[in-house]
Amino acid sequence: MPSFVMYLVHTLFPHDVLRPTELGADVMIIATGVIIFYVLTKQKKWLYLWREWLTTVDHKKIGIMYLIAALAMLFRGGVDALMLRTNLALPSTPVIDALEYNQVFTTHGTIMIFFMAMPFIFALFNVAVPLMIGARDVAFPRINAMSFWLFAFGALLLNISFVIGGSPDAGWTAYPPYTGPMFNPGPGENYFFLSLLIAGIGTTMTGINFLVTVLRMRAPGMTLMKMPMFIWSALTTSALIIFAFPPLTVALAMSLFDRIFGSSFFTLGHGGLAMMYVNLFWLFGHPEVYIVVLPVFGIFSEVVATFSQKALFGYSVMVISIVSIMVLAYGTWVHHFFTMGAGPGVNAFFGLSTMLIAIPTGVKIFNWIFTMWGGRIQMTVAMLYQMAFIPTFVIGGATGILLATVPADYQLHNTYFLIAHFHNVLIGGTLFGLLSGLYYWWPKMFGHKLDERQGKWAFWLFFWGFWITFGPQYLLGLKGMTRRIYTYPAGFGWHTLNVISTLGAFVMGAAFVILVYNIIYSLQHGEKDLTGDPWNGRTLEWAIPSPAPEYNFARIPVVHERDAWWDMKQKGQTLAAMRPEDMRTLELPKNTPIPFLLGFAFFVVGFGMTFEWWYIVALGAIGVVATLIYSGFDYDEHKHIAAEEVLEIEAGLGRVQG
Amino acid sequence: MPKRRHRWPYRLVPLALFVGLLVSGCGQQYVLLHPKGPVGTTELHLLTLSSLAMVVIIIPVFILFGIAVWRFRDKPGNKAPYRPDWHGHKGLEILWWVIPAVVLTVIAIPTVKQTYALSKLPATTKNPVVIDVTSLTWKWLFQYPGHHVATVNYVEIPAGQPVLFELTADSAMNTFWVPQLGGMEYTMPNSVLPLWLEANKPGVYWGRSGQYSGLKFEKMTFNVKAVSPQAFNRWLIKTGNTAPPMTLAKYHALLKFNTVGVATYGSYPANTFPSVTKGFTLQGGMYTTMHDQKNLIYVPMSGMAKTQGNP
Repeated sequence: MPSFVMYLVHTLFPHDVLRPTELGADVMIIATGVIIFYVLTKQKKWLYLWREWLTTVDHKKIGIMYLIAALAMLFRGGVDALMLRTNLALPSTPVIDALEYNQVFTTHGTIMIFFMAMPFIFALFNVAVPLMIGARDVAFPRINAMSFWLFAFGALLLNISFVIGGSPDAGWTAYPPYTGPMFNPGPGENYFFLSLLIAGIGTTMTGINFLVTVLRMRAPGMTLMKMPMFIWSALTTSALIIFAFPPLTVALAMSLFDRIFGSSFFTLGHGGLAMMYVNLFWLFGHPEVYIVVLPVFGIFSEVVATFSQKALFGYSVMVISIVSIMVLAYGTWVHHFFTMGAGPGVNAFFGLSTMLIAIPTGVKIFNWIFTMWGGRIQMTVAMLYQMAFIPTFVIGGATGILLATVPADYQLHNTYFLIAHFHNVLIGGTLFGLLSGLYYWWPKMFGHKLDERQGKWAFWLFFWGFWITFGPQYLLGLKGMTRRIYTYPAGFGWHTLNVISTLGAFVMGAAFVILVYNIIYSLQHGEKDLTGDPWNGRTLEWAIPSPAPEYNFARIPVVHERDAWWDMKQKGQTLAAMRPEDMRTLELPKNTPIPFLLGFAFFVVGFGMTFEWWYIVALGAIGVVATLIYSGFDYDEHKHIAAEEVLEIEAGLGRVQG
Repeated sequence: MPKRRHRWPYRLVPLALFVGLLVSGCGQQYVLLHPKGPVGTTELHLLTLSSLAMVVIIIPVFILFGIAVWRFRDKPGNKAPYRPDWHGHKGLEILWWVIPAVVLTVIAIPTVKQTYALSKLPATTKNPVVIDVTSLTWKWLFQYPGHHVATVNYVEIPAGQPVLFELTADSAMNTFWVPQLGGMEYTMPNSVLPLWLEANKPGVYWGRSGQYSGLKFEKMTFNVKAVSPQAFNRWLIKTGNTAPPMTLAKYHALLKFNTVGVATYGSYPANTFPSVTKGFTLQGGMYTTMHDQKNLIYVPMSGMAKTQGNP
């Protein structure tokens, strides 16, 4: 028995999770846990938490939970980034050792892509898509909740690796054969593969859910070509997800088989072909780039039209370009490994396809500029992010073209030039866009605005912090600095630029702190949104109160024009002046604990498999199957809100005539 | 809008700093901008061409954007026309499909041409020096199949003529990169990839791996010593005659997960590099998988990993 306990302790707490950083994190996690437990118990909120949040199927609440998770992960990924930058600030003076550095850059990338950007996007999808198309919920509310909990427990699984068992250390791309058991024993990479597999199931279901929602749930009169651009971006993103995640799932599962079951798909021996993994990974990975950037194109299209107080310029061209980006996104993946010797024919093809995809992207830039042209631009925080996005993303796109120039890529591949490029598009594009969307839709989520003055501080620090961090990294690339080195000797002329870059990272860190302060401050003091339309908006979500009632629309609106709400306002119409006789009894999805339990069961499977404890895996698997079977026979899926109750709520919001 | 003090020049300080750094990019330490061989030069030319083409796009876009933001800001008394319903202009929209297409074509044609050109040795090359490169776990092994000598963590090449590197790995993936001579290529197990480079002049050029391969990855560095062809031949003969042989035991020692210093060997055991006669083509176009694994001396490292892998 004691030997079993020793085994357990050694497995769960090997020495690399007993470093000061990890122990510090342990203390913080336990302290936070105790505080949360105390507050919830003191306030008697446990039942509230369970009833209103953990079991909810309401897309708005799921959106808020996604948002909280995304911001928490932005914090974690950001702290990782600061550790990386601190290590690189000066030559030959690492603060953390190589193993920890390797783990930290791995979790930084994995978390920022899979557990920050993706849930942030799903947060905004959940909050805005049903409201913008005039729907009461998404097509499959229960599956929507399952998606969230699978994501949440996947994220939890990856995050506990930091303090239990050891983090993965093979980079977010996890190239074999380094991920094989020969080079990488221990649970770290198991955590990586399993958490992404579990979260990936959720993501795939989200893709299906929103594809069906957009195609089937639109308000009467809203034809495809009358949809807001954000809805187009949700549609194309969903399509990308559905076809991009299967290759990732296959690649992850095969890697996991190599590790746990001794197969040799990608290993060093027995003829394993590592390049096959690389192909499969980027077959997912490149569409993924567009999965995280197309929604942002949608957000910017809404934001620029709203705050220029003018119709979006070239709507049909925007649709054509977003659809062509979606299609071309599948045909560019080899540009991530031109230097893997696929031959000049293949390389030339993918170089050209990469340049080709720049054309529709460039077209969008022009259209946004011309949306502003002839408008009246209001410099709100959301709009500032939009305006920072244009020049930043143009430069990021241009450096992308340099990387698509195949022979030049042979020099730039895996250097800091590449690092600067993809942060340029992922921060300048995705993050700026998500923050813009956050400021834009915040009133709709919470019923008050975020403080604009603080928001502007955070914005300017983010913007300049970004350029101070990544501008020098382009130059470091030209000086031959390669990625993923934990320290470097003096003599290459890299250190001045690295010092500047590290300073920039801390500026962005300060921006994040202000952002969090802004959120907390505004919860108390934010300007209340009493009209439901704080920005003089154009689309349907602004036609209803903020925050939206549970059923969204007491009466589903009829759409006649593209910017439906703008059009109604021009014609002097409103959704507010409802008459009692308009009220109908509404059918809504009913809360259920199944998604939460399913996510937990998957977590148990993942945790057990990470350590290859098969009894625990079996236990979790039984849980998964049992929940699904129970769910299949659970016909009590709906609840009703009586017409009188709807009337009462609407009257309380001052939206009933007479 | 509340009155705003004119603070904006301060916001431009980082920009000025960045431009300053960019201008300072003429130093020799910007190795990518100072190639010492024809491959690197070709790659730099394409980089320059596409940079210029991008500048041609970026500048008008920035100007247009600046004007739009300035002219149409929401200030009382702004006299610029307000056209809330202006939502399209066919001519303009066609124009900005065409402009990027034209600019990209200018880049695309030489890109394709040079992609093909660089995949082959120059037509004038006869009997190039061939060097077999194997990335091991945190060290580089170089073998000269023509002369049967080997080096570790440095490589000697003749200047002024193309050298053909054949790349493989008995380790996790790495990339073989000598930035002053030209671009990188992956070293991968179970495959052999060709890469040719040439140094214009004798000199020492640093090389490193660009693909993360584990704990001591940053130690995956080596120097390329380019000497005159005569000196190179003398070196080959001298090394063959005087340097110690690499025994099988020494080769196996190299397979351990550790770092070592530089070393030179007068011979090396047979079959320590995958056969390059099969499936190997400079034209590329196929994954050059080895088929004769039986001849390759393969030491299963799964046992060693427990003690010498990642702690």
